[in-house]
Amino acid sequence: MNGISIDRADFAAIAHWVKPDARVLDLGCGDGSLFKYLQRERNICGYGVEIDDDNVLACVHNGVNVIQRNLERGLRDFEDQSFDYVILSQTLQAMRNGERLIQEMLRVGREGIVTFPNFGYWRNRLQVLRGRMPLSDNLPYQWFDTPNIHLCTIDDFDRFCGERNIRILERKVLTEGATVRVMPNLRGALAIYHFGDSKKVV
Amino acid sequence: MTRVGLSCSTFLPNPVLRKAHRVLIFMDTASSKSSLGVVTPQRAAFSEPLPLTCGRSIANYELAYETYGTLNAARTNAVLVCHALNASHHVAGIYADDPNNVGWWDNMIGPGKPLDTNRFFVIGVNNLGGCHGSTGPLSVNPDTGKPWGASFPVVTVDDWVDAQARLADHLGIKRFAAVMGGSLGAMQCMCWSIAYPERVRHALVIACAPNLSAQNIAFNEVARQAILTDPDFYGGDYYEHGVQPRRGLRVARMVGHITYLSDDEMGSKFGRTLKAGKLGYSFDTEFEIESYLRYQGDKFSGYFDANTYLRITKALDYFDPALEHGGDLAKAMAPAKCGFLVVSFTTDWRFSPERSREIVHALLKNKREVTYAEIDAPHGHDAFLLEDPRYHKLVAAYFDRVHAEVGA
Repeated sequence: MNGISIDRADFAAIAHWVKPDARVLDLGCGDGSLFKYLQRERNICGYGVEIDDDNVLACVHNGVNVIQRNLERGLRDFEDQSFDYVILSQTLQAMRNGERLIQEMLRVGREGIVTFPNFGYWRNRLQVLRGRMPLSDNLPYQWFDTPNIHLCTIDDFDRFCGERNIRILERKVLTEGATVRVMPNLRGALAIYHFGDSKKVV
Repeated sequence: MTRVGLSCSTFLPNPVLRKAHRVLIFMDTASSKSSLGVVTPQRAAFSEPLPLTCGRSIANYELAYETYGTLNAARTNAVLVCHALNASHHVAGIYADDPNNVGWWDNMIGPGKPLDTNRFFVIGVNNLGGCHGSTGPLSVNPDTGKPWGASFPVVTVDDWVDAQARLADHLGIKRFAAVMGGSLGAMQCMCWSIAYPERVRHALVIACAPNLSAQNIAFNEVARQAILTDPDFYGGDYYEHGVQPRRGLRVARMVGHITYLSDDEMGSKFGRTLKAGKLGYSFDTEFEIESYLRYQGDKFSGYFDANTYLRITKALDYFDPALEHGGDLAKAMAPAKCGFLVVSFTTDWRFSPERSREIVHALLKNKREVTYAEIDAPHGHDAFLLEDPRYHKLVAAYFDRVHAEVGA
């Protein structure tokens, strides 16, 4: 889906925030590669959640405990505060009710980690300015077959968190694997957020 | 000889209802590349009394079993396969004197199959109270010199598992690499994980439920009433009258078969197709589905023992590990330590995916190692016996993981 260099930088950034031996729930875990990476780098335990049959099989091959489930149906199977981190990697933009899912993430986990393609990235803006829907490494789908229904920009997500008492603990913005510090909403292709509930003492 | 498995005929692309041999030939062809070939049943005799859940105990008993593959030197690669309602220890392969008698899970177990006998030492066992060679109502009670019949105790899933544990002792297996089963077989796996947590590394719990719903019990009760009210039942001591309550057993099996298939599957297999092509205005078999049910009922009542059937339906009804924990399944499963693969099938309305998710939920609550897959298969409860590539690949991948843990 995405360039490997981007994936690796994405994984490394997440691993950097995850404490060793943590309990992790990875929502929309795909073939389990992020989970496996975190197992190797941080000795985590926990589960992936995935809807697709092929991905569930790939997770078993990868030695990842996976629960086949449609995230749109919420996280009912998981107990309150039963994970250190709940990760939603490149999945938020495809969720029908992303707001509820983020609230659920903070119910079952102490902290959340979300990654999403930044719609405000200048290349995306340029394509829209030219009159076309953007196509890129991070947004590889044509408008008519994209699973992405709730795209947002970094500024949008900042505001979303601010309005909901979600405390952003850390944020990293990447473009082709490199960290972007200046004007991230314009220059960043991929956003990675680490957040907690501001009502909770972290 | 007996043919076992919930319904062999569901392997057929088109139902050829009266030709059981064609069913079995089809199964054999489909798996000939890696069939186990000829296997031999064995028996183990036990003389230490086995205390039963009902309060009674059984002093001497035998268990019929089969093994495939080789037990490694460290004795770490044994897998126990638990059977469901009407199956037996004949899990895979064929018999030398009856090559048409293919094991009930032959598509799953054999060289190169999902449960690969080149890697694992696989054990199939006929449960206590069965009618395929283990001590059951058909057997002669040494105290009376007559068949046990009605006096054979009502046995439970827990009792079966306790007896299986003694077979494991007999075979020198301290800890199974995995226990595996579908439906009632999967309930035995759940029981193993709770009762003998130190003796199980992995449990494959397929098409299972943590207990029977009222509807499930209702179907079982219809089946039992059919048998109990058959004039040939004689209170369970029909052996001495030289008869079998075949009519009752036949109806019981017909009810069972309705619950094994999904409505869609029944519709696509049989629809409203008429055998003669036109209505006959009689009570002969007119619709294909009638023919199918009568065929299955006739076949089954020709080889299965009614007393065993009654007891197995009771074991199903009684299974409820959460009962003594106030209905809290997570508490009931707290002792379990093994890894779990839980699999359900979307069109299984007998043990629906919702019921498997209850098991998964309990395991998640206990922070156990668990993988859960919901296979989108059209076949209903029977799907666990069929060769669906997604399902079989998943089981194969899981056994790769088990194999990596236990070594060859």
